[in-house]
Amino acid sequence: MTSRPLTLVLSFALASAAPVYGVYAQSQPAPAQPTPAQPVPAQSAPAQGAQADQGLDADDGGLTGSVSADGAWQDLGIAITNFATDNDVPTQTNAGSTGALGRALSQVVASDLRNNGLFKPSGPDGLPQPAYPQVQSPDYPVWSARNANMLVQGYVRAGADGNLTIGCYLYDVQLKQQLIKGGWQVGASDWRRAAHKCADMVYSRLSGESPFFDSKIAYIAETGPKDHRMKRLAIMDSDGANHRYLTSGQATALTPRYSPDYSKILYLSYLNGQPSIYVYDLASDTQKLIARTGNPTMAPRWSPDGKWILYSMASGGNTDIYRISSNGGTATRLTNTPGISIGGSYSPDGSKIVFESDRSGSQQIYVMNADGSEQHRISFFGGRSATPEWSPRGDQISFTHIAGNLRVAVMNPNGGGMRYLTNSWQDEAPTWSPNGRIVQFFRTEKGSGRSSIWQVDLTGKNERKLPTPVGASDPAWGPVRP
Amino acid sequence: MPALMSAMPMRRGKTGYVKTGSTMLLIAGALALSACGTKAPKQLPPEPGPATTTQGPDQSAGPVAGSQADFVAKMMGSDTIHFALDRYDIDAEDQAALSKQAQWLMQYPNKRATIEGHADERGTREYNLALGERRANAAKNYLVSLGVNAARLNTVSYGKERPIALGSDEASWAQNRRAVTVTID
Repeated sequence: MTSRPLTLVLSFALASAAPVYGVYAQSQPAPAQPTPAQPVPAQSAPAQGAQADQGLDADDGGLTGSVSADGAWQDLGIAITNFATDNDVPTQTNAGSTGALGRALSQVVASDLRNNGLFKPSGPDGLPQPAYPQVQSPDYPVWSARNANMLVQGYVRAGADGNLTIGCYLYDVQLKQQLIKGGWQVGASDWRRAAHKCADMVYSRLSGESPFFDSKIAYIAETGPKDHRMKRLAIMDSDGANHRYLTSGQATALTPRYSPDYSKILYLSYLNGQPSIYVYDLASDTQKLIARTGNPTMAPRWSPDGKWILYSMASGGNTDIYRISSNGGTATRLTNTPGISIGGSYSPDGSKIVFESDRSGSQQIYVMNADGSEQHRISFFGGRSATPEWSPRGDQISFTHIAGNLRVAVMNPNGGGMRYLTNSWQDEAPTWSPNGRIVQFFRTEKGSGRSSIWQVDLTGKNERKLPTPVGASDPAWGPVRP
Repeated sequence: MPALMSAMPMRRGKTGYVKTGSTMLLIAGALALSACGTKAPKQLPPEPGPATTTQGPDQSAGPVAGSQADFVAKMMGSDTIHFALDRYDIDAEDQAALSKQAQWLMQYPNKRATIEGHADERGTREYNLALGERRANAAKNYLVSLGVNAARLNTVSYGKERPIALGSDEASWAQNRRAVTVTID
């Protein structure tokens, strides 16, 4: 269950071997030199730079509050074709043979790019299906005639050991150039990850943003009526696939947080009657209390490097934030003002913590150094402000703003530039995508109290509900996987 | 009112649902809501009518003395105190209810109790957990000030996770901002 790096295939069978395509069906070139590194831009497309600068790289230079999804690249015509295979043979995947798997892979890539409002891709249905040899040698005139600006093709091959080798190529149709390629060797159960890596590669190359599709979400699955609601710890991939319940629902579970390496989940459980923070180990499916305090503990958080855990503990009606090593030991109290100080979210460099406190009389947002020093309020715009989460990019803090309705908003780390991302009856508890470009949160329906997970990009325009089997709340988005 | 009617007769206890069986409470809820938007009703004078017969002083059919059922029956609604929005102070009505609770607890000195703190749905989940704890703690402190041994009293917060009134309106929220004392059988 721990995060396993995908094996990157550095040498591309299609790209590097003999010029006669037919050979591939028999030769099965061995994937070479696995490496845990991220896919790197292919070295073989020297002419790509000139094209890439024509408005495709929307990188705004980092620490600004700009909004990327307004770019013209959103309207690019991207055709995504069925991934071809050299040999249609059975696989151990739930998708079927390599041929069926190729279709499934391209569908995952298309869904990733389409469902996030980032692009409006066409395909794979209704498009010509390239043969295996064409994956590396696209039929440009065909795509030109279809007004495609960009073309995504790929292949899948089954290895003798049950592993799969999956390649992904992005072409500029007008320039008739390959922009980037990537290849991954995966076990049968991990095939969707290769598709997410492909979507990430395409997204990053075209937008200039960091990848985020190959990531996972921990959340609370909710079933039953409002006064008897069962709340279970659950996990899923960023697109809702590979859904799994981790707890039975006998004890109410709340507020999970994935560890940065995906090996553990911090969450609140009523297992022993009192709300307490447990750390759930995904490899062993075991859990333990993070601290034996005798008091209720709440609102768990990881530091970005996974070495520290923040939790909030109530004592005598007061609630304060504590820090403890993820290996255990003695906790350090970071806040000690009268009132409720709760939550906490580290800046990406780990030097600061943004948190929520009602020490001024109502919930507001404060920033302190990681050792608890220099606590100061940053939210001064009326209403109440809660559940701050620092963007992984460092440039924004997302939070819940309460003024009658609960709405998700963002502001700069100094408290300026506040703006709403959502406008509904009750939206709360934002969590950032790994690249800091999308915020997920949960929305509660008036009356029924039914909850569901939604996401919205920083424009506030591309809002969508995530597919979950049952009601859902408290999303916690983990980092992009290695 | 439908939300209230469906919600009020049932009270969540430590081990499940305990029927309070009191139409009085329903009427109490209706009256107080029209009178006060933020604070839920307290105990009402007994109403004439068939509903009271179930709680009549019929010892043979009544709950075992000193049991949680006995506590609920004797409190006649005073096992629960209510709070204004985002508040946790114990006002005069709460004091009367807690005094009644304290009398019962003094009468049965071996009984322990858990005070459950709750919040309405119009706040964030984590803060409401802390707020529920704060409310339960305020009730506990008042009982202790009346002479109940602190060691007999536990608190637990359910935040906004266990509403008793199911509507999304001021009346329901007022019912849900509460601290409920549940004795342990």
